[in-house]
Amino acid sequence: MSVLVWIEQSQSGVVANSWEVLGQGRKLADALGTSLAAALIGSDTSAAAEEARTYGADSVLTLTSPALAQYRLSGYAAALKQAVAESGATVLLAAATTRGRELTAMLAAELDAGLAPDAIDLRIENGSLVAVRSVYSNNILTDVTFSSPLQVASVRPRSFPMPEAGAASGEVKAVAVTMSDGDIKEQVVAMKSADNSEVSLTDASKIVSGGRGVSQDPEKGFVLVTELAATLGAAVGASRAAVDAGYVPYKHQVGQTGKTVKPDLYIAAGISGAIQHLAGMGSSKVIVAINKDAEAPIFERATYGIVGDLYEVLPALTSELKKRLGK
Amino acid sequence: MKVVVLVKQTPDTAELPKVAAEDVRAGKVKATMVINPWDEYAAEEAILLGDRFDADSVAISMGTPESADALKHALAMGVGAAALVDSSDVSGGDLFTTAGALAAAVQAQGDVDLVLTGKQSVDDNSGAVFAGVAAKLGWPLVSGVSKIVDIADGRISVERLVEGGQETLSVPLPAVVSVGKEINDPRYPSFMGIRKAGKANIPATPAGIAANSGKTQWTNIRKPEERKSKCTMIDGASAQEKAAKLADALIADKVI
Repeated sequence: MSVLVWIEQSQSGVVANSWEVLGQGRKLADALGTSLAAALIGSDTSAAAEEARTYGADSVLTLTSPALAQYRLSGYAAALKQAVAESGATVLLAAATTRGRELTAMLAAELDAGLAPDAIDLRIENGSLVAVRSVYSNNILTDVTFSSPLQVASVRPRSFPMPEAGAASGEVKAVAVTMSDGDIKEQVVAMKSADNSEVSLTDASKIVSGGRGVSQDPEKGFVLVTELAATLGAAVGASRAAVDAGYVPYKHQVGQTGKTVKPDLYIAAGISGAIQHLAGMGSSKVIVAINKDAEAPIFERATYGIVGDLYEVLPALTSELKKRLGK
Repeated sequence: MKVVVLVKQTPDTAELPKVAAEDVRAGKVKATMVINPWDEYAAEEAILLGDRFDADSVAISMGTPESADALKHALAMGVGAAALVDSSDVSGGDLFTTAGALAAAVQAQGDVDLVLTGKQSVDDNSGAVFAGVAAKLGWPLVSGVSKIVDIADGRISVERLVEGGQETLSVPLPAVVSVGKEINDPRYPSFMGIRKAGKANIPATPAGIAANSGKTQWTNIRKPEERKSKCTMIDGASAQEKAAKLADALIADKVI
């Protein structure tokens, strides 16, 4: 028996949310009295395997093959299935990234296991996994219990703290992979790396978002939002109104039909606070609302509110924070 | 070529905050039900593929006969036909039992080349039913697709965003593809489309799911705790003064 966590590798190294899941995996394994295993899949897994040892895995299974150089769902699902068998996993976890979500879903379906997608909390009750999910677009919470021997969950980024790296312990175990390139039906035709200077929304500990309030001069408005974000090392977000108006691309959208985020600090500039937006950012630790309209619903959800013109408040805040942060 | 688009009927997003925990528990949510907004993108893409590749499109939904409006919406947009998987007798299922019933309905359509659907539903938020459909059919899956580049020589090539970049993938048909919001701008149904959809006969077949065959159960369904913090309004004679006071507060809260 074991708790198995898939550690995702991207172009730029291990996806950090995987370590958050491994950290929680340690607690679940301890509660179950079983071991914690990490699975690494790719053509080169040695550096990531060493790192996994420092985050508390009792064993690190490496599944290496040239055919697995790039993530392809069917190949990775076959490899992860081998890791499940090898480790005797009863709990399988991964970060709920695009790949983590589809990989856990595919594996659970193929292994006839129960699945809790995009879980926000995990615990053990009576020797079995219980996952907490946020459903109805963050308006209802439910516990998910399992009646299958293998219990699978993907875990929403930032649901658990980043574990502290410790002394490397645990063994690295290479699992023989026999598949060849021809066994994998999907082909990666092209891969464009993301702009690394841009902070990803779902990973961000700070987010500055702009909304309809920038319509007076959208270009300048989002420049001001971006400048404040750069000062804070924050990601840039937007309301649906701002995305639909074409001020910024969809990948910045926060809310019911955008991304769900949970930063330590969320600054909403010129966002009125439609319920669809609140659903996507309402669990942020500290929310700052900057809006001309003192009656805007965003103030009901905010920790701090400033009634004022964002074209004046944002530059003032950027220059003040530059001073404070010594930039 | 034949394209199946899987759609779900879900509460209007504006009414989701009002959904009561006891109604979710009882499986009877009181809300205006519409086509899942994510599935509109899939329906639009099915129609566009009809023009690009001369494809026939069929919308399939699992639900009760009283809740076939999502299918009517897809028909009104221009999807060619519709079929309902009747869930009236289903109890104790989960997302994979739904996937099994939908996969059987796809097979019943005959030679299907492509299954399209939205990236998730706004009620269950699982984004996993399509993976179950792909697994049951044994077809490749690509999720979160932002563009269908081409369909040729028995393969489909698509673009999608993943952690760390954007990839272009090519997979053999038949395949299952879930689409994101970047892919298109769904059209509004025309008046003629709505009239035609209103008269359409939508065949229904029972879902045929054994009772309590799900591997997961929802328990302790509840509303999230309301945020208790009261908003502290930051006043000042100038934007500079307000900014300074806010910076003090954020530093005290250790969030910057």
